[in-house]
Amino acid sequence: MRPTLSLGRLLAVSRKEVLHLRRDPRSLGLAFVLPAIMILAFGWVISFDIRHITMAVYDEDQSQASRALVDAFTASSYFVVTDHLDRYGDAAPLLDRGAVRLVLVIPPRFQARLSGGGPAPVQALVDGSDANTATIALAYARGIVTAYATRAVLGARRVTPPLRAETRVWYNEELKSSNMIVPGLIAVVMMIIAAMLTSLTIAKEWERGTMEQLASTPVHPVEVVLGKLLPYLGIGMIDVLVTGFIGDVVFAVPFRGSFLFFVGASFFFLIGALGIGLAISAATKSQMLAMQVAMVATYLPSFLLSGFMFDVAAMPKALQAIALFVPARYYITAVRGIFLKGVGPHVLWPYGLGMILFGVAGLALAARAFKKEIG
Amino acid sequence: MTPRPGFSPTRVREMVRKELRQLFRDPRMKRMMIGPPLIQLLVFGYAVNTDIRDTRTAVLDRDRTVASRQLVDALTSSGYFKVVGHYERPDEVVNALDHGTASLSIEIPRGFAAALTTARGTTVQVLVDGTSANSANIAQGYAALIVQRLGLDLARRAGAAVGPAGVDLRARAWFNPDLKSRAYNVPAVAGMIILMMGLSLTSMSVVREREIGTLEQLMVSPLRPAELILGKTVPVVLITMADLALISVVAVLWFDVPMRGSVVLLFTGSLCFVFAALGLGLIISTMANTQQEAFMSMFFFFFPIIILGGFMFPVANMPEFFQWLSLLNPLRYYLELVRGIFLKGAGLAALWPQLLALAVLGPGLLAFAVTRFHKTNR
Repeated sequence: MRPTLSLGRLLAVSRKEVLHLRRDPRSLGLAFVLPAIMILAFGWVISFDIRHITMAVYDEDQSQASRALVDAFTASSYFVVTDHLDRYGDAAPLLDRGAVRLVLVIPPRFQARLSGGGPAPVQALVDGSDANTATIALAYARGIVTAYATRAVLGARRVTPPLRAETRVWYNEELKSSNMIVPGLIAVVMMIIAAMLTSLTIAKEWERGTMEQLASTPVHPVEVVLGKLLPYLGIGMIDVLVTGFIGDVVFAVPFRGSFLFFVGASFFFLIGALGIGLAISAATKSQMLAMQVAMVATYLPSFLLSGFMFDVAAMPKALQAIALFVPARYYITAVRGIFLKGVGPHVLWPYGLGMILFGVAGLALAARAFKKEIG
Repeated sequence: MTPRPGFSPTRVREMVRKELRQLFRDPRMKRMMIGPPLIQLLVFGYAVNTDIRDTRTAVLDRDRTVASRQLVDALTSSGYFKVVGHYERPDEVVNALDHGTASLSIEIPRGFAAALTTARGTTVQVLVDGTSANSANIAQGYAALIVQRLGLDLARRAGAAVGPAGVDLRARAWFNPDLKSRAYNVPAVAGMIILMMGLSLTSMSVVREREIGTLEQLMVSPLRPAELILGKTVPVVLITMADLALISVVAVLWFDVPMRGSVVLLFTGSLCFVFAALGLGLIISTMANTQQEAFMSMFFFFFPIIILGGFMFPVANMPEFFQWLSLLNPLRYYLELVRGIFLKGAGLAALWPQLLALAVLGPGLLAFAVTRFHKTNR
């Protein structure tokens, strides 16, 4: 019945899909506007650079040494001392209300102990309800206290501490959050576009009953899959370029690598993502269900398990094992490499190969799901 | 047309029954009410963590002495760093960073051990891969801290003239002693699920009827508009409240998240928040003609609300303008409420502002949506 694949039939399916898209101009518009809005929102709002952490001080010692320690906190741009407490009991209500994030408690005889050679304890009370901010605030506080201690202990005898670390940051010298977010966001945007656009397209035909019609025509499943995919591939590629452009121009994210490699990797990644969307669409047959599945299968893992925001190495082993199968993870690594490191195919070829593999797998999955439902 | 008689609870009940039957006609939909919340709980409970562990570290040790090995040991024993390779030449280190096999490198200069005891001291060089700004920032802080501490340690051992440990910072975290992100994130999943279900189920179930043409039929039936809206929203309220109960139980029993506050307050606040989500869902349904449009418009609301709500990124870290903007965001109040109830055990005395904001925003949004819905569907 269906002898060979025909480019003509494939393009006919594409043209039909384009007509559908053009009849729904608002969806089409959103497909272009949404990525831009997302990148602007993420880029402007999210910053991991935590500064001006509000803190209170309860200084029981009131000595030169204790004031010097407090000065070390205020001198850093990380902390702002908003309150000086008279009683230990005042700390609790401040933390309860969230008015301060950290309370530094300097016990009596701080100076005496410090000069007497014994370790002088100080206490930091942090609001642990936001563990992330608390962790970062504590890390800053430790750094400040250690630097102060080094000065206090060695200051009298030596000019410089015996061992220093000179840290330099590569690829993202100022540690700008947007430099890290933009390349990762391109991957997330594509996953969402795939979920939004393709996951509904076949389910829609099922709901309206036009799938029966399509099945009765001589069109081959592979032609349907490729034909449906093509227009969205076009939209997705434009979205990639728009988000990349906004990142480059508005947020001044450097683009140091090969443009061709970027486009190539994005092309195959997008095919894979769209293929998964189509497979979901074919298998679920209901738009509402397709949407829910697409959110869980594509958007969540690419957002959370890809290293976009959260370090995969710090996750439990089981999740790390799952993260091995999240394609967005490899794409994000490749795109960050291209944007920030400026490395080319000689370094990133395994990722390029992975993207091609993912693209082919996505297509195969879609064709299989489609064939199963039709047959 | 016969005049529609007054409000009838029977008709509402029938409408709700029809909606539930339609929703769960596909048994897979039932699983979608339970599966995604559980998956999100697991992922947020385990994955979301901005602290670092086992940062892949490249070592270039030009000294090869006991002291230099001590430094590397100090880094690895902290748990923050894991050595992935010892290298001989700088270009090998550059290569490792380029390939991403290492995301941090430490270079110990020749004559390191000898220089430690001199007055000038010595410097080790730490290179950090900044492509993941957050981890890089934390890793560089830890590395500098460990190096500095070891320096103090070694100096103390070398010359007795230097006093012992100096200052000892003892940290105590309130509300969440182990500083687990879990306790902060897991209750918040409730906010995400309620928002998502409220937006998507409401908007798509209305638009679906419009797409198929059955909305017309409903309009000409004796069903009053208020009854129609109740029929569309009551099932969503039931589903989200069931999900909330599920999330709370899993959070407390599986994740050991403390539940210190009042269950009544939790459900009251959640109900107000559901109203807000339903309102937004109805607004979307008045704007969209196809389910695809509804789905896409949903993201239009969903993302800004999540990002500006302080779900993963504290509101206090945002630029000031966005902090002001977030005052209009019901999710912001809801998250403060949920986290306050779970972690701090705060009651109405502390959380009344959040509850008040939700009680205004939720029913307010819903009322606005209902009038809009009437206008567009007349």
